[in-house]
Amino acid sequence: MNRLVRLVPALLLVVACASPSQTPSQTLLPTISLAPTDTPASAAPGTPAAPPSPTVSPTPTPTLTEPPATPGPTLVPGGRVTLVTHDSFAASDPVIHDFEAQSGQTLKVLKGGDAGAMVNQAILTKDNPLGDALYGVDNTFLSRALDAGIFVPYTSPASASVAQEFKLDPQNRVTPIDFGDVCIVYDVQAGSGSGAVGIPQTINDLTMPAYKGKLVVEDPATSSPGLAFMLATIIRFGETGDYTWLDYWRDLRANGVLVVQDWNDAYYNEFSAGGAGGDRPFVVSYATDPAAEIYFAGETSGTPDVAKLDDGCFRQIEFAGVLAGAKNPAGAQAWVDYMASAEFQSDIPLNMFVFPVNPDAQLPDLFAHYAAQATDPLTMDPQTIAANRDSWIQQWTDTVIH
Amino acid sequence: MALARRLATPALAALPLAFLGVFFAYPVISILALGLAPGGALDIRAALDVLTQPFVAQVAWFTLWQAVLSTVLTVGLALPGAYVFARFEFPGRRLIGALAIVPFVLPTVVVAAAFLALIGPRSPFGVRLDHSIVAILIAHVFYNYAVVLRIVGGVWQQIDPRTEEAARVLGASRWRAFRTVTLPLLRPAIASAASIVFLFTFTSFGVILLLGGAQFSTLEVEIYRQTAELLDLRTAAVLSLLQMSALVVLLFVYSRYQQRNAVQQRQLSRPMVARAPRTAAERALVATNLLVMALLLGVPLLVLIERSLAVPGGYGLQNFQALFASTQLSALFVPPIEAIQNSLAFAAVATLICAPLGLAAAFVIARGRGRLASGFDALLMLPLGTSAVIVGFGFLVALGNLPFDLRTSVVLIPIAHAIVALPFLVRSTVPVLRSVDQRLRDAAAVLGASPTRVWREVDMPIVSRAALVGAGFAFAVSLGEFGATLFIVRPDTPTMPIAIFRLLSQPGALAFGQAMAMAALLMFVTGASVLAFDRLRADA
Repeated sequence: MNRLVRLVPALLLVVACASPSQTPSQTLLPTISLAPTDTPASAAPGTPAAPPSPTVSPTPTPTLTEPPATPGPTLVPGGRVTLVTHDSFAASDPVIHDFEAQSGQTLKVLKGGDAGAMVNQAILTKDNPLGDALYGVDNTFLSRALDAGIFVPYTSPASASVAQEFKLDPQNRVTPIDFGDVCIVYDVQAGSGSGAVGIPQTINDLTMPAYKGKLVVEDPATSSPGLAFMLATIIRFGETGDYTWLDYWRDLRANGVLVVQDWNDAYYNEFSAGGAGGDRPFVVSYATDPAAEIYFAGETSGTPDVAKLDDGCFRQIEFAGVLAGAKNPAGAQAWVDYMASAEFQSDIPLNMFVFPVNPDAQLPDLFAHYAAQATDPLTMDPQTIAANRDSWIQQWTDTVIH
Repeated sequence: MALARRLATPALAALPLAFLGVFFAYPVISILALGLAPGGALDIRAALDVLTQPFVAQVAWFTLWQAVLSTVLTVGLALPGAYVFARFEFPGRRLIGALAIVPFVLPTVVVAAAFLALIGPRSPFGVRLDHSIVAILIAHVFYNYAVVLRIVGGVWQQIDPRTEEAARVLGASRWRAFRTVTLPLLRPAIASAASIVFLFTFTSFGVILLLGGAQFSTLEVEIYRQTAELLDLRTAAVLSLLQMSALVVLLFVYSRYQQRNAVQQRQLSRPMVARAPRTAAERALVATNLLVMALLLGVPLLVLIERSLAVPGGYGLQNFQALFASTQLSALFVPPIEAIQNSLAFAAVATLICAPLGLAAAFVIARGRGRLASGFDALLMLPLGTSAVIVGFGFLVALGNLPFDLRTSVVLIPIAHAIVALPFLVRSTVPVLRSVDQRLRDAAAVLGASPTRVWREVDMPIVSRAALVGAGFAFAVSLGEFGATLFIVRPDTPTMPIAIFRLLSQPGALAFGQAMAMAALLMFVTGASVLAFDRLRADA
């Protein structure tokens, strides 16, 4: 007992020594607000001067190409830009080197798990950010990031020609970079050959007996495509009426839908065209899969084993922004400009298998041939997603799992 | 002399305590405080509200019973294996012993692929066990078999078989001799291994998600969801505290048990030379155990190798060649060979950090008596019972306050690995240290040896072997570490498990084949490292 008493102060001493003079709870706790607020946070005081945010303009284009009224932070040659991003970020080496040569900055890339984890890490560290710019927040997480005030407004001249539908933040705290459609992807063998079940016309058909035990989806609580498909069903079937989205999921469940944790598991282990010997010909995945299949097989053309169902597709848009409290805000702006430029945008498809938002970007032939966009993608306003996400996931879990 | 001795223990304890204080306790306390006291005021009521939600009891109960069942199964299956490996010599003994640890380091997504090939939709045996509790249990045994084999086997080797033979000569039956002579000597090691297996299965994450599916959820899975996806830090903090308290209780009971059951015995200065099985019964025992290991550990590993060699239209080395070709085709930033170098470098640094800390801690625990030693042991084990995402997010909120901002430093990776590996080193060393006969030390002292010389000549030869077992384990743990690494914000220095994960993030048969090839390389590197440590141990 006596010795235990000695141990406790020793431990406390260690902890105390590890922290600076003031206790961390005093400096840290009150300033981080985890609860989303309705008012968008402005740039934190004390952050380096950012260009004034342009006023909300309902009409596209005109004001965007004008230079900022007051000069922004200036680029210091020899500086270092730190990019915080998710594990899926990839770019060709020459493209990164071009940025470094053009801007005189070196780029350091920090990766922090999947998009959700990465955004949450950025929120937790917003008073002392890990980097200067962040890339990879998508429309399903956008509101949480904006409400927490992790970005400062920056209107990139490079994104002047980008369609207005991608610019989801009127205050331009984030710049759209790329988009992709999450769809039902099927094994083309399912349409012909032995054991063919036929290709459904719509996602509604997947509740029919012919498709019993044929579909694998990801858990929306742990997977980004899983969440996207759940949102697609909410948009498609609605929350009220004769047949709600939960009715649809009830029917899918009765029809033997399999729920797995993440995309890897769904695609490789359960999907029949995924390689590991799954037996389900339908999977929630990305519309660009046919192009990726061919590309990663080392080919430039061929007959993909998979195709997408052009119905019930949800459009994910990814953004980049300048972090509040960035040590090198000018470098961060230069990086955001570069990501939005035609050069970087043309490099995006074969590295991340999503579509560039910049209409001036050149699509590789492979992509142009095999990666079709959804004809009529479903979208949802980020505020609506943020306000309902947790409750929808809970309802989904109660309906499909329990 | 007496004063020096009294000061020696706290001084030794300070090292691991400081390390864990800075890199574990402080970050975890910071993130828990953020969840429990947002705005600075502790909200007990809200915390209790979380606990009374019905899903919490449900998840906690499932977490507990699957862990108990997994532990019983693993110990039951691996104990005969430990005996066979400690006592008998047979062809391939060393190699098989080293390979047995390979499952331990494989990322769950790779293991899930192997298991699904065997017991999934296209099972060659025609059994479908995927997404069932059976699959979870089999995978837990697959992962943890080596923990029991190595920890218990290591101690078993040190037990003089002549004591059991003496009992037999005096008329005891084989069973009675085992029960009354060997078992009491083994019990601390069994309890040590079982407590680690329990910790691992209690905090199981990937296996539950990948092989069990969405209908199964452990506390660890919920903590991950609440933190990484929902950013509900209050719920995450409450669940973390629940998980940690359960483990603290378990560890405390365990420590008291160890205190009461520590047996001093004459240690062999060299492990007893294993001999070939002589009787038909002995041969049958060895054969049966090898068969169990082949089915349980060998077959899934062979499936992985088969997959890594499978190419369109047959078998070949194309998947491996693709890994080494640094073309634009590669989905990775760096040629995979670099991932191997990164993994080895991190493992070496982690082992170097871990070894002195672990030895100091083991010495304190073995020498200490009563609650201090128990509390210290529990503290060391606590990181294994803490969710990786909590530690990772804790680093972010806490380490920014240190004089050196380590949050984005690559050094955090081996540090996190060392925290995870520390308990293995300690657990492999303490039982051996405890069992060193005090009379040996006394005799040496009486004969005029200084305390340092006593340590060098009595403790050291015995301890170094045990420490090398632990260091090998630590090295392997670091090679395979994935969870903690993933939640640290880190520069782009992918380790092998991260590279596998990344390859599997791309669709296509070739990416899958390359991931399997990388998994095969990880198996090879791990097996080779463990063999190298075993060789060191044999030479020590």
